[in-house]
Amino acid sequence: MNPAAASAAVDLPPTRRRLDRDDWLMRGGICLMIVWLGITLILPLWWLLSKSFQNQDGQFVGLANYIQYFSTPALFASVWNSLFVAVLSTVIVLPLAFIYAYALQRSCMRWKGLFQALALIPILAPSLLPAISLIYLFGNQGFLKEWMFGVDIYGPVGIVISQVFYCFPHALMILLAALSMADSRLYEAADALGASKTRVFFTVTLPGAKYGVISAGFVVFTLVITDFGIAKVIGGRFNVLATDIFKQVIGQQNFEMGAVVGFVLLIPAVVAFFADRIIQGRQVALLSARAVPLIPQPDSRRDNALFVFCAVVGSLIFVLLAMAVWASFVTRWPYNLALTLKNYNFGEFDTNGWSAYVNSVEMAAWTAVIGTVIIFVGAYLLEKTRSFAVGRVLAQFMAMLPMAVPGLVLGLAYIFFFNARGNPFGFIYATMAILVVNSITHFYTVSHLTATTALKQLDHEFEAVSASLKVSLLRTMTRVSVPVCLPAVLNISIYLFVNAMTTVSAVIFLYSTETKLAAVTIINMDESGFTAAAAAMAVAIVATSASVKIAHLLITRRLERRTQAWRQR
Amino acid sequence: MQEKDATPVKNPYLRIERLKKQFGRFWALKDISLEIFPGEFVCFLGPSGCGKTTLLRAIAGLDIQTSGRIFQADKEISNLPASQRDFGIVFQSYALFPNLTVADNVGYGLVSRRLPKVEIATRVTDLLRLVGLPDSGPQYPAQLSGGMQQRVALARALALSPGLLLLDEPLSALDARVRAYLRLEIRHLHRRLGVTTIMVTHDQEEALTMADRIVVMNQGVIEQVGTPLEVYREPSSAFVADFVGKTNLLPGIVVKPGLVRYGAMDLSCSIDIKPGPGSDVTLAIRPEDVVVRNVDANAENTFAVRVAEMEFLGSFCRVGLTLNGDAKPALLADFSINTVRDLSIAEGMQMLVGLPRERIRVFPGTPKPP
Repeated sequence: MNPAAASAAVDLPPTRRRLDRDDWLMRGGICLMIVWLGITLILPLWWLLSKSFQNQDGQFVGLANYIQYFSTPALFASVWNSLFVAVLSTVIVLPLAFIYAYALQRSCMRWKGLFQALALIPILAPSLLPAISLIYLFGNQGFLKEWMFGVDIYGPVGIVISQVFYCFPHALMILLAALSMADSRLYEAADALGASKTRVFFTVTLPGAKYGVISAGFVVFTLVITDFGIAKVIGGRFNVLATDIFKQVIGQQNFEMGAVVGFVLLIPAVVAFFADRIIQGRQVALLSARAVPLIPQPDSRRDNALFVFCAVVGSLIFVLLAMAVWASFVTRWPYNLALTLKNYNFGEFDTNGWSAYVNSVEMAAWTAVIGTVIIFVGAYLLEKTRSFAVGRVLAQFMAMLPMAVPGLVLGLAYIFFFNARGNPFGFIYATMAILVVNSITHFYTVSHLTATTALKQLDHEFEAVSASLKVSLLRTMTRVSVPVCLPAVLNISIYLFVNAMTTVSAVIFLYSTETKLAAVTIINMDESGFTAAAAAMAVAIVATSASVKIAHLLITRRLERRTQAWRQR
Repeated sequence: MQEKDATPVKNPYLRIERLKKQFGRFWALKDISLEIFPGEFVCFLGPSGCGKTTLLRAIAGLDIQTSGRIFQADKEISNLPASQRDFGIVFQSYALFPNLTVADNVGYGLVSRRLPKVEIATRVTDLLRLVGLPDSGPQYPAQLSGGMQQRVALARALALSPGLLLLDEPLSALDARVRAYLRLEIRHLHRRLGVTTIMVTHDQEEALTMADRIVVMNQGVIEQVGTPLEVYREPSSAFVADFVGKTNLLPGIVVKPGLVRYGAMDLSCSIDIKPGPGSDVTLAIRPEDVVVRNVDANAENTFAVRVAEMEFLGSFCRVGLTLNGDAKPALLADFSINTVRDLSIAEGMQMLVGLPRERIRVFPGTPKPP
C-alpha cells in the first residue's frame, strides 16, 4: 500500500543496540561471576574427574580405577548401604514432617510457636550432635541400652535415627512453606459439594502441597546420602559412600580411589537434583492473586490429636538435644554424673583447644559477609541483565550446580585442584581463605535461589524506569533493590553463617593445624574416645548458631521497623 | 483534530520506518511505519498480542527492534539504549519504588542530575501539585490508592521534562470509576503541557475518548490510523469495525457495483466496492445505525424481521433480530429506550427495519467466525 515501502522491498539491516555503561558493567559482572565459579567449582571438579582416571603416578589409566571399585565387593556394598539408609530415612521423615507442618499451618492447636522453634533447632546443630546423643542413650554405656533389645545402635539403626533428627527440620521448612498458602475458596467449594474431610484432604490439601512433598523428599535423600558426620560417629562397621571417601583419602592416602568414590557419590546427588528440577518445572501457580487465604478453624478432635503428635515428636527432638547438653556437663559417664565444666576445657582433649572454635566463628563470619555480597550481586546480575543469553545461561547453570555436589566431593576436588603443582591459586591452600571460598561455593545454590526469589518479587520495570530517568543501575540497585530485599539479604547471611559453623563434610579435607574447625574437632575427639568433650563442642556450636540466629531475628525486627516502614500501611 | 491531518506543515516528532520485531519464530511487528507529530496524543489500540506494547518498548529502547529505524526530533535513535533516549514512561504496575517516599520517587531522576536540593524540592512540589497530590510527598506509595500511585508515577515520568511521554496501559489496573476520572486528568495534563504522548491500551473506549489519533493494530501490523471519529465511522477493515465499537458483520456476494446480496436480499451501498461481481465480501453495519422508525416497506434495504431477544442496557436496548423464521438472530440493533417505548417493541414482535446505504461498509472476504 505504502509506495515507499513497496519500492524498498529489501529489509533494512538488523538493528544492533548500542550498549551503555550499565550494559558493559553488568556483562563484565557476569563474566566475573563465571570466572569465579569456574575457579571455585568447575575446575576443581574437572581435576577430580581426571584424577579418577589416573594411577598414583598421575598416568592415564582409563577406567581401571572404576573397574577395580566395582569389582571390590567391600567397596561396592557401600553403594547399596548408602541408598538403603537414604531411602529409609526419607520414608520416615516425610510423613512425620508433613503431619507436623500440617499441625503448625492448618490447625488451631496450642503452643504452635514453641513446637515450631523446637523442631527447627536441629538446623543449628552439626549433624554429629544427634549421633553423639544416641551413643549416650543407647551406646555401649548408654543407660537405655536395654531398650534396643540387643540391636546394635552402631550401624544402620543409629544412622537412620540420627538422620531423621538431622533432616527433619529441613523437610519441615519446605513443607511449612508448601502448606502456608491455601485458597479457602477451594475448601468452601469442597464443603459445599459435601466432600468428606478425608476426601478434601486427598483432593485439595495434598495436591496443593504435592510439589513441596516431592521437593522435601529429594532434599532429605540428598542430605542423607551425602552426609559424612553421622555415619562417621555412629556408623560402626556399616560402610557408606561418604565414609569410604574419607577412608580412602585420609586413611589409605589412595586419592585416586577417593576420586572414584567421589564420582560415584556425585551420581545419586545429581540425579536427585535434576529429577527435582524437572518435576518443579511442571509446577504451575495454584494460587492466583485473587486467592482468599485459608484461616484454620478450631476442631477439638483434630487439634488434640495433632497436639499429641507434635508433643511426641517434639519431646524426642528435645530429648536428643538435652542429652547432648547434659552429657557435656557430666564428669564421667555413666559412673559419675556430677556436673562439671571440665569437658569444655577443650585444650585437654585436642591440641587446638578453643582456637578451633574461634576459627569456626571467624570462618563462618567471613563466609556470611563475603558470600552474601557475591551471591546477591550475582543473582542481581542474572536477574537484570538484558540479552547476553550465553553468559546468563552459563552463569545460571554454574550457580545451580553446587546444590548437586556433595560437600565431601567438593572438598576432595579442592585438594586436587588447589594443591596441584603450578596452580597460581595454590597459595590459598591450607589457609582460612580456602575454607571460606569452599563454604561459599558449597552453600551457593540455596542462597542464590533465596536472592533470586526476592529479586523476582520486585517490579520488573524498575530498571526501565531508571533508564528513562537516566539513573544508573548501580544506583538503583543500592538505593532500591538492596533495601527492598534486605530481609532476604539477612536470611542469606544467616544461612551461610549457620551452615559454615556446622559443616564438616567439605572442610574435613581442607583444614590445616592452624585453621582446624570446631566441627572437625568433634570428630577427632570422638575418635580419641573423648565423647563428652565432643558433645561439649557440639553444644558450643549450637549455642553460637542459636545466639546468632536470635540476634538476627532481633536485628531484622528493628531494621524492619526503621527502614521497612513502607511495608505497613 | 481534522485540521492537523489536513495540513501536515509540521515535521513529524517521531518517525518510525519499517520496524520489525521477531521473537523466536514469531513476528511481533511486521514492517511498521508511522509518523507522530509534535504535541499529539496517540493511542496504540489492539487486542493482547497485537504488538502494541512491543512497538512502545521499541520506541523506548527497552526491547530493541530486529530491524527498522526510529527518528525522534530529527535524530536517529534506532540503536540507542533506553538510557540515552528522551522519554518518560508510566507502566500499568506503576513501578514506584516502594522503599522511597512519594517525593523521593518523583525526584529520583532529578537527584542524579546533581541539582541543588532546594531546586529539586521546588520541582517535586510543582510536579505533585500538577498531578493533584500536593500533600502526599512524605508518604510511601503503599499508603496511597491505586489511582494516586499512578498519578505519582506520572509526576515521576514528567520530572525530567521529557520530549515524549509513554503510557503502557496506565489505567488497566484501576477501578472503572477511578479509570474514568484519571482518563480526563491525563487528557487535561496533556493539553496543559503539550508533551507528545503515546498510550498503549486494549480498551477502545479509552482510546476513543483520549486520543487525537488512534493506531489500530492487529497481529503485528497497523490496520488503521485515524482520528477517533474516522476509526469509528469509517473503519478500514472488518477487524477495525469489529474491534472498535460493536458491529454486525454479514456475509455477502457482490452483484454489481453498489449492490451486494445478503441471503435472499440485495442491499445497496454507497461506497465503492473494490472486489468485482461474484466475490465474497463482508458487510458491516453498526447496531445503532439500524433504522426502525418511519421505515417505508418499498424503500431500498428494507426487510421484515422478528425480535428474538432483547437486552436492556440502561439508556438503550440491544435487540437480536431474526430473518425469515431463522432460529438465531442475524442482526443486532441498538434502539433507544424512547424508540422501544414509542413502538412498543417486545420479544416476538414482527417489524420492518432499514439499513441506510451510507452506513453500510463493505470489506473483501467472508467474515471470520468469532
